Amino acid sequence: MTLHTASGSPAGDRRTPMQKIAARLEPWLYSAPVLILIVAIMLVPLALGVSYAFRDIRLLNPFSGAFVGLKHFRDLAGDGAFRGALVNTLWWTFSSVILQFIFGLILALLLNRPFKGRALAQALCFLPWAVPSFLSGLDWAWMFNPVVGPIPHWLYALGILSEPSNILSDPETAMWGPIVANVWWGIPFFAITMLAALQAIPKDLYEAAEIDGAGPIERFRSITVPFLAPTMAISILLRTVWIANFADLIIVMTNGGPADRTQIVASYIFTQAFRRLDFGYASAIALVLLVLLLAYSMLIVVLRQTMLTRH
Amino acid sequence: MTRKRIVLTLLHRLAVLAYVAFALFPLFWLLKVSVTPTSLLYTEGIRLWPSRASLEHYAFVLTHSSFPTFFLNSTIVSGATAVIVTIVASLAGYAMSRFVFRGKYWIVALLLLTQMFPLVMLIAPMFKMLSPLGLTNSLTGLVIVYVAFNVPFATFLMQSFFDGIPKDLEDAAMIDGATRFTAFRQIILPLTLPGIAATLGFVFTAAWSELLFALMLISGNQATTFPVGLLSFVSKFSVDFGQMMAAGVLALIPACLFFLLIQRYLVQGLTAGAVKG
Repeated sequence: MTLHTASGSPAGDRRTPMQKIAARLEPWLYSAPVLILIVAIMLVPLALGVSYAFRDIRLLNPFSGAFVGLKHFRDLAGDGAFRGALVNTLWWTFSSVILQFIFGLILALLLNRPFKGRALAQALCFLPWAVPSFLSGLDWAWMFNPVVGPIPHWLYALGILSEPSNILSDPETAMWGPIVANVWWGIPFFAITMLAALQAIPKDLYEAAEIDGAGPIERFRSITVPFLAPTMAISILLRTVWIANFADLIIVMTNGGPADRTQIVASYIFTQAFRRLDFGYASAIALVLLVLLLAYSMLIVVLRQTMLTRH
Repeated sequence: MTRKRIVLTLLHRLAVLAYVAFALFPLFWLLKVSVTPTSLLYTEGIRLWPSRASLEHYAFVLTHSSFPTFFLNSTIVSGATAVIVTIVASLAGYAMSRFVFRGKYWIVALLLLTQMFPLVMLIAPMFKMLSPLGLTNSLTGLVIVYVAFNVPFATFLMQSFFDGIPKDLEDAAMIDGATRFTAFRQIILPLTLPGIAATLGFVFTAAWSELLFALMLISGNQATTFPVGLLSFVSKFSVDFGQMMAAGVLALIPACLFFLLIQRYLVQGLTAGAVKG
């Protein structure tokens, strides 16, 4: 060690022990504010929330707070609304992610070739991403409203609806409302990520393939797809977790109704905490969601490892 | 060959046009209803533009409602959040970009973890924590919460911007006798200004849009933010669509301004942050 510093950097020799400690502390000083914030305002409440899951905590009852063990989880097992919310969460998450991804990828491919007005088209197509999520929800709720919105009348004219009614108030179709809003809002995210990945592909690869006589479909299959695959995989996985947790649109558009048909687990947690002020039960549901998401993430990590070792 | 190319080009332009129309139509509709006088709203049905446009809803919202207060509250909260997050995240992002140190892996893992778990999980404990400190029903409380939520992503974002600046610059300054912090402040930060602007924009927009924690933590009119105000307005006066949409357009303005500011960095910045975070 001493030998190494002596032969390595001459500056290391002249530093006093105090300076060496300072040098070692330096990165921690830069990171300290962020770490303190995350520990105090995210990890401490997270731990508290886990403890609430085993306690009776209701905001309006000053005598609550007792340890109740697994009571909340036993209640959950018999809670039909919760089971419905689990199914709805799968439905909401996967249809939103798949549609966002497909349309986002197509948009990225369209924007990846140069044309006149591309910068403007790109800015306009990405604009929904900047719209606050609560406003996207409200805007689409109004679009689906037959009094002020055009969509029911279009669907009626197309023969899809037998009368211009609000699909958000029909239990059979209500989930499509938030999904459509989510797709509209989320396409830019995938388009932006995919476009960045597309622009990182070396252009001469395509030229070489063209000289070798590869057609456009062949070039897409053997150059674009393999280059995009890692970005696609990572962004789809992260987005899946994110959308499973994303309750804003549902809270704003349907509040989980009608008859809990659009209630997802995240919005159910919010309803329990915000409307019923039952913090204990809300935290128990949240813990279940956390475990499910962790299991999903672990599964992905394991899958990735096996895929990497196979190659 | 040329014929085929023309057809393909035409199809491409049509597809782009379809996307632009899909992206803009709901916003156009918002604008359209907001300028439609109430008397025409029901009689003209789904016409694309009212036969007579007026700004009466805007006048009402600006003078006879609490929306100016909500707007101011949201601006204060989002602005303060954006500034604090950007300062704190630049420091941490710089450490992530320039230092190799033990524990860095764990910091990155911690930051990633905060992006994975359901934030709704924190609603109840956060309320219980902030309430005895007098930080519910207060803009300060909201700023503290929003700062913590936005710091991980902003750190990754700032790191990606620092990664793009050559290390030699501050090495040279440090050989000339400057401390690292001086070099960081006087040489590196000015070069990262576009990145700082982008981070400010991202965080401002995120704080401006936050609804669920504001709903839970704020109950008085005094500290109501725009999303909460708009939502309670919707459930209170559910008949006046014109006024609601005028208020909606107002909520859109700051977000769109920031979008214009940062959209050039979107493809570069969001990817760097999103793929890592």
